[in-house]
Amino acid sequence: MILFYSFAVIAVVASLLVIAQRNPIYSVLLLIASFGALSGLYVLLDAPFVAVIQIIVYAGAIMVLFLFVVMLLNAPHEETEYDEHTQMLRRSGAMRFGGFLAVVLVMELVWALSKGGQTGRFAGASVSSVALIGRALFTDYAFQFEVTSVLILVAMVGAVVLARRTS
Amino acid sequence: MMPTLNDYLVLSAILFSIGTAGVFVRRNLITILLSIEIMLNAVNLTFVAFGRALGSADGQIIVFFVMTVAAAEAAVGLAIVISLFRHRESLNPDRFASLKW
Amino acid sequence: MKGDARCRPNGAPGTRWRPTNAMTPFLAAQIVLTLFVFVMLLNSAAIMVYVERKVAALLQQRLGPYLVGPKGMLQPLADVIKLMFKEELRPKAADAFLFALAPIISATCAFAAFAVVPFGGSTTLFGLLKEPLRLQVADVNVAILVVFAIASMSVYGIVLAGWSSNSKYSLLGGLRSSAQMISYELSYGLALASVLLVGNSLSITDLVNRQAGAWLHVLPRWFVFVQPLGFLIFLTAGIAETNRAPFDFPEAEQELVAGYHTEYSSMSFAMFFLAEYINMVTVSAVATDLFLGGWQGPFLSESIGWIWFLLKVAALLFFYVWMRWTLPRYRYDQLMRFGWKVLLPLAVVNLLATAAGVLYFQ
Repeated sequence: MILFYSFAVIAVVASLLVIAQRNPIYSVLLLIASFGALSGLYVLLDAPFVAVIQIIVYAGAIMVLFLFVVMLLNAPHEETEYDEHTQMLRRSGAMRFGGFLAVVLVMELVWALSKGGQTGRFAGASVSSVALIGRALFTDYAFQFEVTSVLILVAMVGAVVLARRTS
Repeated sequence: MMPTLNDYLVLSAILFSIGTAGVFVRRNLITILLSIEIMLNAVNLTFVAFGRALGSADGQIIVFFVMTVAAAEAAVGLAIVISLFRHRESLNPDRFASLKW
Repeated sequence: MKGDARCRPNGAPGTRWRPTNAMTPFLAAQIVLTLFVFVMLLNSAAIMVYVERKVAALLQQRLGPYLVGPKGMLQPLADVIKLMFKEELRPKAADAFLFALAPIISATCAFAAFAVVPFGGSTTLFGLLKEPLRLQVADVNVAILVVFAIASMSVYGIVLAGWSSNSKYSLLGGLRSSAQMISYELSYGLALASVLLVGNSLSITDLVNRQAGAWLHVLPRWFVFVQPLGFLIFLTAGIAETNRAPFDFPEAEQELVAGYHTEYSSMSFAMFFLAEYINMVTVSAVATDLFLGGWQGPFLSESIGWIWFLLKVAALLFFYVWMRWTLPRYRYDQLMRFGWKVLLPLAVVNLLATAAGVLYFQ
């Protein structure tokens, strides 16, 4: 339980800091910390394969991509002049409406979760064997697997085309 | 006392709302993309928690697909951000408000 | 009436787990093992410093270090003392937090990757322990993936070092080095996947145990004989991953001053150095476990098989140093072209051929 709370606190605090930071590099690094905490939570949920895949794919590849883009663009970290002086919920127009929507979402989620739910322990056997996951992936979900590979190919080609210099 | 399914769902809801707040409130394209990643991760946590509660491998398999889709979306999103930045030298979405390129 | 604690196992549902007397020597042995591995890794880095300079010298037909200690063996000690006494510099425009964090990330990931690599069979320490102790800091059943995951994390140490130094050489070196590392990770992973197809398990201990025995009592059942191309791809990708020659363009002295660690001095520089050598040791150890049979060998029983392990890892490390001082350096675009257009297709073909072979020989 201590482990659950410590990972949960790290994940939540890191995510809060991600959206509160000015400097995008710190945001990316804090998000990596959050992913590490989530990976720990997956280990607690008896899913070691997903935990390791999270580190390899999310923290090790996608975030490296983000970091490269931030560094190569030398991303400026001033937004509008107004943001420098005002805290989030008191800004004008679209931002105030956006903040309000986020608060509405939180209230809805709190309402939904308070309508009872399982408060007992996890029942049932856990499936943590990679072999079983692999077997299901290649037999029951083989079509989705192949479609995902086409998706990745399309994304690769699209990214190269979009980021090309057209001069 | 072990964590229950409800604990994981509450955590996931908190993370999802943090991500949503980030998308709505921040005015930096890269931070918006990062907030989308937070939301996707919260959803992954929900799937794995339910998969464990129901004792099936389907939760983890869906997470596999969600991660792949997130990777593809991050790549294309960042390519778009790069080409937008090259054009307007700014990462503030408010500066891209007019349809004129 | 409820059964007494004597009749139920320790930690059964409804009772609290209490440490029993039988556990304490085992737990102490685990802790000692962890510290032992840590200290041995540090020692191995120091030994590698000496070995590299001596072997380089012999390959270049000169003497190398010979003044400090017998045959120059205390040279690494002199180097460490010199590095410790140097002034710790930081460029004024550098981002202080990231500048300090980068070498920590590099060193931590280097040590952490070795935690799941087994270096011997089970041993009972000559009968002192009641249960056999696995010679592995953490026995995880997805061990190969953990090694791969931590290798991906070590990219951050380099890229943050390049960025936070706020100098153009460092930034270029850092970006090039990390681009190289993530490109060669693909071939590394595919070579690993081929071994997994043959070995049918993700746990390194299982894979080593599968390599026991010999065909016709002559040829040991090591995976290198089943997967020769996979071994070569793994080793090449491993050399590129650890930024060693001939793939060390991003940190070469003649090209980019010193690449991503230009601005570092004293102990931070020592941490990068340490991380590089320990990464080399980890890649050699994983290659030994997966392809060369780990701690299996003739004449020695399993509990002192770590001697064979050391010999094999030493052979691979010698190969590393030999490569560095024999081959000329690849230029960066040649390096990237090799990684994407030669090594990756070869790794994919190897994987397909292995899959076909496994299906055929069911």
